Amino acid sequence: MVSFKLLIFVALCYVAFLFTVAFAADRRAAQGRDNWLRSPITYTLSLSIYCTAWTFYGAVGYAARSGLEFVTIYLGPTLVLVGWWWVLRRLVRIGRSQRITSIADLISSRFGKSTGLGVLVTVLAVTAATPYIALQLQSVTLSFEVFSQQSGSDWHGNDTNLTALWIAGGLTLFTVIFGTRNLDANERHHGVVMAIAVEAVVKLFALVAVGAFIVWGVAGGPVETLAMIDASPISQFQQPGGRWVALTFLSAAAFLCLPRMFQVLVVENSDERHLATASWAFPLYLFLMSLFVVPIAVVGLDLMPEGSNPDLFVLTLPLALGQQGLAMLSFLGGFSSATSMVIVATIALATMVSNHIVLPLWLRRRSSGASLHGDVRQVVLLSRRLSIAGVLALGYVYYRLSGGGTALAAIGLVSFAGAVQVLPSMIGGMFWRGATHAGAAAGLVTGFSVWLWSMFLPSFGVGEILSPQVFAHGPFGLGWLRPQALFGIEGLDPVVHAVMWSMILNSAVFFLVSILTFPTPLERLQGTQFVNVFDHSHGARSWTQNAADAEDLLIMSQRILGPTEAQAIFQREASAQGKAGYLPDVTPRFVERLERELSGSVGAATAHAMIGQLTQGASVSVEDLIAVADEAAQILEYSSRLEAKSSEQERTARQLREANEKMTVLSVQKDAFLSQISHELRTPMTSIRAFSEILVDGGIPRPDQARYARIIHEESTRLTRLLDDLLDLSVLESGQVTLSRQTGVLNDVLDRAVAAVGLRDSGLEVRRSRSDEAVTLVTDLDRLTQVFINIIANVRKYCDHAQPVLRILVSRTAAGVTVDFVDNGKGIDKDQQELIFEKFSRLTDPGKAGGAGLGLAICREIMNRLGGAISYLPGQGGAAFRVFLPAEPPDLPAG
Amino acid sequence: MGRRVLLIEDEPNIIEAISFILSRDGWTVHTHTDGVTAMDKIARTPPDLIILDVMLPGRSGYDILRDLRANPATADLPVMMLTARGQTKDRELAERLGVTRFMTKPFSNAEVIENVRALAGA
Amino acid sequence: MSSGPNPNVFLGRSSYRTRRLRDAVMILPVLGLLLWNLPLVWQGGPGPKLTSSVLIFVFGVWLALIVLALVLARPTMPGDAEGKESGPR
Repeated sequence: MVSFKLLIFVALCYVAFLFTVAFAADRRAAQGRDNWLRSPITYTLSLSIYCTAWTFYGAVGYAARSGLEFVTIYLGPTLVLVGWWWVLRRLVRIGRSQRITSIADLISSRFGKSTGLGVLVTVLAVTAATPYIALQLQSVTLSFEVFSQQSGSDWHGNDTNLTALWIAGGLTLFTVIFGTRNLDANERHHGVVMAIAVEAVVKLFALVAVGAFIVWGVAGGPVETLAMIDASPISQFQQPGGRWVALTFLSAAAFLCLPRMFQVLVVENSDERHLATASWAFPLYLFLMSLFVVPIAVVGLDLMPEGSNPDLFVLTLPLALGQQGLAMLSFLGGFSSATSMVIVATIALATMVSNHIVLPLWLRRRSSGASLHGDVRQVVLLSRRLSIAGVLALGYVYYRLSGGGTALAAIGLVSFAGAVQVLPSMIGGMFWRGATHAGAAAGLVTGFSVWLWSMFLPSFGVGEILSPQVFAHGPFGLGWLRPQALFGIEGLDPVVHAVMWSMILNSAVFFLVSILTFPTPLERLQGTQFVNVFDHSHGARSWTQNAADAEDLLIMSQRILGPTEAQAIFQREASAQGKAGYLPDVTPRFVERLERELSGSVGAATAHAMIGQLTQGASVSVEDLIAVADEAAQILEYSSRLEAKSSEQERTARQLREANEKMTVLSVQKDAFLSQISHELRTPMTSIRAFSEILVDGGIPRPDQARYARIIHEESTRLTRLLDDLLDLSVLESGQVTLSRQTGVLNDVLDRAVAAVGLRDSGLEVRRSRSDEAVTLVTDLDRLTQVFINIIANVRKYCDHAQPVLRILVSRTAAGVTVDFVDNGKGIDKDQQELIFEKFSRLTDPGKAGGAGLGLAICREIMNRLGGAISYLPGQGGAAFRVFLPAEPPDLPAG
Repeated sequence: MGRRVLLIEDEPNIIEAISFILSRDGWTVHTHTDGVTAMDKIARTPPDLIILDVMLPGRSGYDILRDLRANPATADLPVMMLTARGQTKDRELAERLGVTRFMTKPFSNAEVIENVRALAGA
Repeated sequence: MSSGPNPNVFLGRSSYRTRRLRDAVMILPVLGLLLWNLPLVWQGGPGPKLTSSVLIFVFGVWLALIVLALVLARPTMPGDAEGKESGPR
């Protein structure tokens, strides 16, 4: 007899094992070794979250009650997958090219990035998923109960609810830990996918093991099993045709529309070609899961006492036959089925809730320029964690309300019928350009209402929420509104009735409203994008040129994507445009790409709203409207080829223009510099000459003599310093400088630089992190010190804040070490940022600086010689300089 | 002819040197260091002669010269300009604006006194 | 690729073949739908329809679809075909 304690122990061990798997997969993905995490087999196995506890326990119960009808739930998805070329391929392509994060995001994005539709689909999805999550809690709780009764422990009513609560809490914890650890731009969760792939294997193995034992161990072989079926209460195939067709349709639609299926099918998909493998491998999985269902049901009906719950035959049969090990395996299989579904479903729902409800509210609350303040990442993560807990809490409440006694399959069907209300909008949006926002909203609301009235509310039972009178005579005596006999059509099976009416009314309203309303330009753009996704992969052009400032966009992106990633995107774009630095031109194409990157983190509608705040409203140009009207694929193809060519020319032209501008500016600056040098040399010389003549003339009191001599000395020192700088720069530029290779710690180098600048009476506060600075460097340390001194001296001179603060931030990457110097002044104007490293430039008027503006030019030359770089980092709040040192120093002679 | 000289210059050492040389020669020297307020100073205490540096903080010597010549009260005031830049085009610009004398730094002390005497006598 | 004397003809043919195989993939769900609804309209002999025979039929069709999908999966992979998208239609 399996002791109850042992069972708990095994379940905990199993959870720990899943933790390890998920953790290891996340680690491998972070290290870039994710090739087998992204294999087509992992993808196929992850789809198996379709098979939940409903399949594992409920299918046998279903077969025991209704015969072969259970199989329709697996025929639908099989049809969708073997026909992947119809819908799935298009869905995955759209999902990837538009960076869709959830099914709510898909609908919202298709219909003009609408926030309202996102909210609607999210509410619908959460409502529909609630019974389903309750179903999983119920099945796991039931399976615990079976073992506790077997082992005779005192475990009753209240303890059952407590178990369900424990399970809900544990699942929340696991999902929060692995589903919201990071905010991936693609919304992918490697650890979770790997864990559910493992669970897929466990549940298949468990069910097949039980099935094989029943067929060969109990019935005595396949032929005998068939004979037993013929002798059983379900020997006759008396299938109502309506249910058979309706359920096949329902399961096929649900496979596409369930938020968790959308998550694994589309969002977690890393390669479209995996679909080709899944097209046969997943039907095979479903085939194997279903193969032994009828035999187990028949043997269960034959052997188990009258009145035992057929939903638990998978567990109770092995126990009754004394197969403790097999029962334990079966328990784990059911546990796997339930947990994997709940984890993925809550992640998908939490993403939707946070992206479509919480973030838009948060944005609205902080209306003006909200995107620039606060850390959006933290808000997103927190709202997801809370959403996960909220969704599980709803599931638990439904479980308590429904009493936990309903057949598993019946609960599952309620949930399916709710989720598929998205189908008309989804399929319509993907294939029909005429579908409009108003049509989608009207269809969704209609379908959702019909489902609530005819299926969801009645699912609690007659007299629970709806009174018996409402069932018999309709609300307020309106007979045509009876929940299970709408429009007076009676005698239909309740499931067929609800599915039929909700889908017919949903589709009809969607279609009618769509043809009666007119789409906004943005909707039409998105419509073209979705329907013609295979014709042109470039996105909708919808932003006014240069309306947003590149620096503002960078600041906002850093808050969402994190500084490293945002800077990489901007730098990549700038270099693609043929520009240096971090600030590309704000072309419509770039804004659109950025919006897509951001939508990976916060959803399409939110990303659109955030960028909209910066670009001052979405305006669609005449050009865009022409692009929408242009339907001929050939013309599009032709024009996109022309576009590619002309953008190439444009790039070259821009590079030339930029080089030319730079040279003109430089030549003007060179003249100015010669003047400047002349001034810098002649001014001290004037004092020196005047005072030496005065001293030569004689007749000066002694104290004055000394003072004049000191002035002469000061001024000649000034001359010498200037000449030194000039010489240093010319030597560096000509490459005649000798560098020596030294080893030291960054900390010491910075210490020396700070000491050399002498900040004691300047009021400048330097903030550093000693632990970050413990980096060993191999380079010319003296030269590096010189660079740091110049930068710090520069900050001291130019930082205009009343209480100047300089932060020195060190970070290490695989490529090398970056040292950022960020002050709290007002920074450097964008048009000056390009020029500050040129040797003939100085920003403010000459009187203040006391140098000829050579410091940063010298820094740049030194960093070039050391194989690194120095650059100005825009968007940091003040002036910011980034010094980069490569991990591999160039060949320097040892010194 | 009076002996009041106004020196508009921003380098303290050069101010000290020129003040010393001219005082020793019997001139009354007033000094001013800022370009923006220079015109007010001239209006308040009208000098007999101005020594004007080109590179001043806030406003260049050329702008001040242009204002002086535009005002009837100061149109004929002798102005000697000093510059450390010493390019031909600087001298040309100054002459076009109506400078009386133009001197390139560095200069000899005798040269300064000679020029000041010549201007004050003119 | 350029093994034949006229690579263009070769390319055109393989692209044509790929397209027809895709047609086959698209017909699979229609086939499945028709066959799986067949038991509803069976007028099988004098006696009642037996669950066991419907079971064998449904699972047999299932296995056949899986095998067909497996055979068609490789030649119709999107990655293989993408480069040939611009070929003759």
